[in-house]
Amino acid sequence: MKIIKPFACLFFVLIWLNAFAQTGSKSSIADGNNAGLILPKSFAAIKLADNIGKSRHIAVTPQGDIYVKQLVANGSKGILLLREEKGTGRAAIIKSFGDYGGTGIAIKNGYLYASSDVDIYRYKLDDKGIVIDPEHPEKIVNGLLERHEHESKSIVLDDDGYIYTNIGAYSNSCQERDRVKGSPGMKPCPILDSAGGIWRFKADLPNQTYANGTRYATGLRNVVGLDWNKTTNSLFVMMHGRDQLHDLFPQYYDEKQSAELPAETMYELHNGSNCGWPYMYYDQQKHQKILAPEYGGDGVKQGGENAQDPVAAFPGHLAPNGLLFYTGTMFPEKYRNGAFIAFHGSWNRAPEKQKGFLVAFVPLKNGKPSGDWEIFADNFAGTNDITSPRQAAHRPCGLAQGPDGALYVSDDVKGAIYKIIYTGK
Amino acid sequence: MRYLFFLVLVLTSLATNAQPAKAALQQSITRGKIVYNQVCISCHQADGGGVPNMNPPLIKSKWVDGDKKVLINILLNGFSEKVAIDGDYYSNNMPAQSQLTDQQIADVLTYIRNSFENKASAILPQNVKTCRKK
Ligand code: HEC
Repeated sequence: MKIIKPFACLFFVLIWLNAFAQTGSKSSIADGNNAGLILPKSFAAIKLADNIGKSRHIAVTPQGDIYVKQLVANGSKGILLLREEKGTGRAAIIKSFGDYGGTGIAIKNGYLYASSDVDIYRYKLDDKGIVIDPEHPEKIVNGLLERHEHESKSIVLDDDGYIYTNIGAYSNSCQERDRVKGSPGMKPCPILDSAGGIWRFKADLPNQTYANGTRYATGLRNVVGLDWNKTTNSLFVMMHGRDQLHDLFPQYYDEKQSAELPAETMYELHNGSNCGWPYMYYDQQKHQKILAPEYGGDGVKQGGENAQDPVAAFPGHLAPNGLLFYTGTMFPEKYRNGAFIAFHGSWNRAPEKQKGFLVAFVPLKNGKPSGDWEIFADNFAGTNDITSPRQAAHRPCGLAQGPDGALYVSDDVKGAIYKIIYTGK
Repeated sequence: MRYLFFLVLVLTSLATNAQPAKAALQQSITRGKIVYNQVCISCHQADGGGVPNMNPPLIKSKWVDGDKKVLINILLNGFSEKVAIDGDYYSNNMPAQSQLTDQQIADVLTYIRNSFENKASAILPQNVKTCRKK
């Protein structure tokens, strides 16, 4: 430690100097250290803003302004509007409103939609993409379940006038007593009536409640990242797989297996889809649906006979919080209609190192993977040596695409907004 | 005069007991760390730092350093109220740990009360037993 400290200091001074060099130069976009990120060749990144507060999902207007949903409202700053000051590589907050914290934000047909953990609101936009009356949003949906676990409500809209929201299960694996060792799984799982799935509502009808909505898909433990796929005209979601296999069932899973399993999964959903939670999980190493140990499983027995298979599977616990189908033309052909996924990074790998503070990419053709997933943008955490999640400097959460095809990434540690562009160089 | 007598008695007994008491404390901490690494580490992490917005840190925690009964009851009954812990909210359930023995609970609490920048007195199995009865 004594030897490391001066080195660490030197390192930070260097980073700081570097940051200076970056803001000082005009074409900061193409030079320097890419805001600390590691990117594929010919891509560059800048940090448009930092320390703006825990930034969850983001939406970019056709004019290139950025709406940021804040986890905590801090008075009336639940939504921030950022505008990039051209040529500076910086964005300034030009508006803040909304007295509720939350996660979801989306722009569709001249409206900004945003969610707290309970309600969904919408605001009319003017022809410049600016909210007209920030004090008086229309409440579209209210009274969604929020029970102290997996409560964020992500939102996405389709082209047929519907809005979709995740209602996360307030449970890890639907045990009688959540996460208590030895407590059995409930069958049928009563949570699924009102949570653990995706609900669909009308996008333009005020004051809807559960009664107005449809349980569009079920058996989804918790979804934070979701997006509408225009090539298949269907909803895709990223599910957070269950935690604590070793804690709860050390007889079947050692610490290493528990750090890798189960998969984080991508599903394509249709009305009536069932993805199998809590009775099963997906094992990305065996490519099998495995019976959950709370329901008689032992790590080997298969389950989920009626549950659909994932479109793609990723290593366990990396926490996919953002999903975006790339429809722009700035990035090379390979990226078109493929999926970017913002992984928040793990916590449930201890005592193994935590990992996955990154943005991944999986190429898709007609909604099916056409190649292996890869790391697109790495090193949000600032180091690979994370033994406790609070050590991560930044954690990717939301994704958005700019009108020119640039990719935006938000961070919910202190609140950085990154812009990633293709330079071709 | 009587007080003085008691004082002397207490002081001498403290002095003679100090060494074994210290050793017992150290043993409880050592055992407690093992329990911690088995049942608490995934949520509260090796450094007691927790998981931002999800599981609170145990570092310099007023719950950890505070009233023994309150702390013991967090372990026996779990904790899932929406309360601000040092100004932040945590959205996850702390599962009850009542499957642990009185000794294990005493040890793990004594461990966290002597780790992560906390400093508080040891918790004994009989303290846990008293709370469990109610
Ligand atoms: C499944 C995750 C989980 C496990 C396992 C767990 N805790 Fe917790 N713990 C939490 C959460 C979440 C809270 C806060 C709950 C709330 O805010 O309602 C908490 C709160 C606490 C608190 C009070 C708040 C604070 O910051 O001091 C203490 C003390 C504590 N836990 C100790 C322990 C100990 C000791 C163990 C192991 C025996 C343990 N916990 C196991 C999740 C967990």
